[in-house]
Amino acid sequence: MTGRRGLDFAEPLIFERGSPGRRGTSTLASPLGTWDASREAPSEFLRRGPVGLPEVGEPEAFRHFVRLSRWNFAIDLGMYPLGSCTMKYNPKVNEAAARMPGFAELHPYAPESWTQGALRLLYELAHGLAELAGLHAVTLQPAAGAQGELTGLMIIRAAHIARGGARTRILIPDTAHGTNPASSALCGFEVVPLPTGGRGFVEASVVERAMDERVAAFMATNPNTLGLFESEIGRIAEIVHAKGGFVYCDGANMNALLGKVRPGDMGVDVMQYNLHKTFTTPHGGGGPGAGPVAVTKALEPFLPKPVVAKTGDVYRFEFDRPKSIGRMRSFCGNFGVLVRAFTYLREMGIDGLTRVAEMAVLNANYLRVNLRDDFQLAFDGPCMHEAVFSDKKQKASGATTMDIAKRLIDFGFHPPTIYFPLVVHGALMIEPTETETKETLDEFIAAMREIARECRESPDVVKGAPHHTALGRLDEVQAARRPVLRWKRECEEKPRPR
Amino acid sequence: MKYLPQTEGDIAALCAAVGVGSPDALFSELTKQFPIRRAIDLPNGKTERAVRAELQGLADANRRGLSFIGAGAYAHYSPVAIDHLLLRSEFLTAYTPYQAEISQGTLQAIFEFQTMIANVFGTDIANASMYDGATATAEAMLMARRVTSRERFVVARTVHPEYREVARTYLTAQNADAIVEVGFTDDGGVNFGAVAAALSDDVAALVVQQPNFFGRVEDVARAAEMAHARGALLVVAVAEPHAFGLYEAPGALAADIVAGEGQSFGMAPSFGGPSLGLFGCKEAFVRKMPGRLVGQTVDSRGARGFVLTLSTREQHIRREKATSNICTNQGLVALAATIYLSLVGESGFRELAHENYSRASAARDRITKLPGWRLRFAGPIFNEFAVDAPVPAARVVDALSAKGVLPGFALSRFYPDLPNTLLVNVTELHEPSDIDRLVSLLSEVK
Amino acid sequence: MRMNVPEDRRYTTEHEWAALEDGVVTVGITDYAQEQLGEIVFVELPKEGDVIKKDETFGAVESTKTASDLYAPMSGKVIEVNDPLADSPGVVNEDPYEEGWMIRVEVSDEDEFEGLLTAAGYKKIIAEAAE
Repeated sequence: MTGRRGLDFAEPLIFERGSPGRRGTSTLASPLGTWDASREAPSEFLRRGPVGLPEVGEPEAFRHFVRLSRWNFAIDLGMYPLGSCTMKYNPKVNEAAARMPGFAELHPYAPESWTQGALRLLYELAHGLAELAGLHAVTLQPAAGAQGELTGLMIIRAAHIARGGARTRILIPDTAHGTNPASSALCGFEVVPLPTGGRGFVEASVVERAMDERVAAFMATNPNTLGLFESEIGRIAEIVHAKGGFVYCDGANMNALLGKVRPGDMGVDVMQYNLHKTFTTPHGGGGPGAGPVAVTKALEPFLPKPVVAKTGDVYRFEFDRPKSIGRMRSFCGNFGVLVRAFTYLREMGIDGLTRVAEMAVLNANYLRVNLRDDFQLAFDGPCMHEAVFSDKKQKASGATTMDIAKRLIDFGFHPPTIYFPLVVHGALMIEPTETETKETLDEFIAAMREIARECRESPDVVKGAPHHTALGRLDEVQAARRPVLRWKRECEEKPRPR
Repeated sequence: MKYLPQTEGDIAALCAAVGVGSPDALFSELTKQFPIRRAIDLPNGKTERAVRAELQGLADANRRGLSFIGAGAYAHYSPVAIDHLLLRSEFLTAYTPYQAEISQGTLQAIFEFQTMIANVFGTDIANASMYDGATATAEAMLMARRVTSRERFVVARTVHPEYREVARTYLTAQNADAIVEVGFTDDGGVNFGAVAAALSDDVAALVVQQPNFFGRVEDVARAAEMAHARGALLVVAVAEPHAFGLYEAPGALAADIVAGEGQSFGMAPSFGGPSLGLFGCKEAFVRKMPGRLVGQTVDSRGARGFVLTLSTREQHIRREKATSNICTNQGLVALAATIYLSLVGESGFRELAHENYSRASAARDRITKLPGWRLRFAGPIFNEFAVDAPVPAARVVDALSAKGVLPGFALSRFYPDLPNTLLVNVTELHEPSDIDRLVSLLSEVK
Repeated sequence: MRMNVPEDRRYTTEHEWAALEDGVVTVGITDYAQEQLGEIVFVELPKEGDVIKKDETFGAVESTKTASDLYAPMSGKVIEVNDPLADSPGVVNEDPYEEGWMIRVEVSDEDEFEGLLTAAGYKKIIAEAAE
C-alpha cells in the first residue's frame, strides 16, 4: 500500500492502516478481578458500539508517524526565517531537563513539601524574567503569548476599576499582531487602531490626539512587526501615563532587546514574553508555548493567582490575593515549557542573552543590506531583529509574495512570514535569528537573489512553485467551502499513487 | 558560545557589510535613550554540564512516591514510543503549519487527532486543541454565548473548581451575574432540582462535568434534556477522557459542546502542564468554534492533502471580531495524544478503562470497609472516588505524605462543606501491593 | 479598471449594490468587491424576518484569506434570503449582480435610496482605491 518516490513514502491516514484486533500495547493483567460497571450504573450510561480508534501494532504506528514527520520542514532541518516567530535553534539540554522524573512525575496537587524544587524553579524564572523586563513581578500562568496578552489586559482593566473608573478603549498600532485586537475584544475593550508614521513607527503626536480618559492602555509590540524600534515609546508613555492610562508591550519580539534595554525603563507597565520564541522552547508544530506576564509594582496585586512566594528558604503558592484578576488556566501554567526556558536562561546567563540580542540584530541587518537591491524594503535604514520587504520590484513579472515564498521551499528554506504586517502590501518579513551561521545567511541571500532573477527571466518557474515537495499547492478554497474536518470510513480514499 | 555560531571573523565581516563598527553600535540610540541604571540581577552563563547539574538538583528537591492524587491530572502508563516520536525534530521544531506543502506531517497528524477526539467524545467534529481543560471549558461557554446570543450560565459545583475559576475570570469580569452555580446531591451528582430552578430563557448553557470532580458519573442525557428544554446548550467538561472507554460519550448523549483536558492521553502530569485542551462540538457550530482546524483538500495534482482551514474565524484574519484570541495552542501535546490513542487503539482503550474502573472499585471496597471510613457518594464511578475519613482529610494527607505516600486529594481545599472527604484516584499503574500499602496506612490514621 | 458597474442600481462606499423595485431592495456585493476578496468560500446572511438598519452590518462574506462585513444600504425587514449561496458561495464570484444577490429587504424608508452612490459615483471610488 505504499507508493513512494525514492525515500519519500506515501502514507495513508492511521485509520486506513491496520487490521481488526491488532494493537500497539500489551494486554493488561487484571490482578484485582474484572468489575462490572453495570452493577452500579444504568446500562444507558455505558458506552455502546466502537469508539473508532485505530487498530495497529507498534511497528506500524511508529513507521506511520516517522513517515509523516518527513513531510515537515523544521528548524533542525534548515533556516526558518519566519518573521516575528523567532524560529531559532532549540537546545537539546532543555529537553533533557524537562524529562527529569523529579519534574515530569510531579503532581500539581502534591503537598508543597514535596514540590520545593519546582517552586524554586518557578520563583527564580519569574525573577529572571522580571529583571530582563525591568519590571517588578511576573506571573508564569499564561499558556501562550495570546493568553499573556489577555492576562495583561485583564490586569489593566482591574486596575482601572480599582482606581474608580472603568475604561473602555485600547490604542493599538496598525502593525499589531491579530492577537492584540482579539485579546482586547475578549477583554471587552473597544480597539482604536493607530496609524504607523512615515518612519515606520507610531508618532507621539498621534497618541496624544487619541489619548483621553476613555483609554485604558496603549498596546504596542516593540520592536514592532516592521522590525523597527518604536522610537517614540518614551514620549508616548509619558502622554499615556499623564492621562491615567497604562502602556502594554507585546513582548513577541523581545529577542531583539535582551539585556540591552528593558521595557520597564521605557515606561512600559505590562508586557508578556513568548517563551517559545525568545527562550528557545520548541514550537512543536503549534505549541505548547508559555506567555509569562511582567508588571510594575503598582499592578502586582492584580496578577492571576496563585503566585509563588518565598519565606526564608521555603517556597509556596500564595492564594490569598484579594485584588487578583483570578485564575487564567488550571494549575501553574505549562510547567514543562517553563523548565525548558529556565534551563536556557541559566545556560546563557545575562552575558549570553545580551549577545543573543546583538547577533539577532546584526544578522537581520546583514540580510537587509544584502537583499535591498533585489527586493523593496518597506522602510530603509537599520532594522532590529527582522527586516520587512515586499514584492513591489517583482510586480512587472506577475510573481507575487506568495510565489516567492513557495519558490524558497525549492531552495531548502522555510518561507518568511508573508502578507504581514498588513500595512505593507505583499510583505515578506524575514527574521534570521542569532543561531544561523554566516554561511547559511549567505546561502539564503543567494537563493533570494536567484529567485529575483527568475522573476525577471522565467517567472513561470516561480509562479508554479514549489516543484520539489511531495504535494503541490493545496486547494484552500475547496477545504473551506466544503469542510472535511475528520476521517470517516465511508469516505475512505485509496492512498495516492506516486 | 555554542548557540551563537558567528566567529570574531564572521562578526567583523557582518559589521563591515552593515556599516557599523561593532554589533553594539546597532543599539547605541536605544541604550542612550534607555540606559540600564542598575545591573540586571542574573548570573552569567554556564556549561551544559553545570546547568544540567543545577536542574537535576532542583528536580531532586521534589519528592517522589506512591500517589493516589488525580483531581484533574492523571498518571497513566505512557508507551516509550511516544517520547521517541515527540523528539523527532521534524515534529518538535516545526512552527504552526501555515505553509501546507512543507507541513503535511503535522497537518495529517492533527487531522487524525481531530478524528480521534471527535470519536472519543462522540461529537461531530473536534478542533486542533486548546490550552487546557479549564480554558477549553471557558471557550465552550463563550461559544455557547455566540451560538445562543444569551449571556448567562448555570454551572454545576461538581465541575473542576479550577475550571470554574477560569470560567469566572473569562466570563464574569464584564458581567458579574453571568454564572450561577448549582450544588450536588447526597450521591455526588449534580442537583437536577437546583438545575431546573436555575435554568431560565436567558441561559446560554448548562455546564456539567463527566465524570465529575468527585469521580462520579453524571446523567448527561438528563442534563441535555433539561438544557435543551429551555433553549440552552449543554456543555460537558471532561478532566479524565479515559472514562469514555467505559461510559457513553457525551456527544452521543446529546451534549452540544464537549470540552476538556487530554493530558491523561500519554503525557506525564508534569506539575500540571503542558496540558492539552480538547474541544468537540456539533458540526452546525463549526463557524463559531474557537481555535485552529485542519481540513482535507487536494493539491494541484489532485492528490489528497491537508490545510489549516476556516481561518477567517481566527485572530490573524478577523482580529477584534475573531471567535477567540488563541494562536499558539498545544500542538505537540495533541501529537502525543494521537500517538497514544493509536498505540492503545480500539481494544486497548476499552481495556484500559475497564482496568481503571476495576482497580478503583477494588480500592474503594477495601477503604470503605476500614473502621471509621465510609463511602461519601454512592453514585457510579470511573477511576476516582470520594471517601469520608474519620478525621479531617487534610490531616490524612499530612500523615501519609510524611511516610512517602500521597493518599489522595483533600476536597476541603475547594469544598469547606466536605472537611473529611478524600478524593482517591486509582489507575492501571496501581498494583495490588500499592493498594495494600494505602489501605494499611489509612487504617493507622487516627 | 474594467470593472462591471451596472447603471441600473445604486452603490455604497462599502461595495454593496442595491436595486429598488416596488418598495423592495435587492442587495449584493459588487464585481469589484468579489474581485478584491478572491474566491468566496462562505456567505453569512441574516434570517428572513430579521430587521436590518442602514449602514449597519447584516452579514459577512469570506474568502480563505479575509473576511468582510456586509453593510446594509437601506433599513428594513429581510423578506428573502438567497439560500443557494450557502452551498455555492462561488456564485457571488461568477455572477455578483444577478445569481449572486444576497437578500431582499422590505424597506422602511424609500428616500434612503436617493442617498446612495450612483454608478458613476461608485466608479470614481473604485478608481481612487486602485491608485
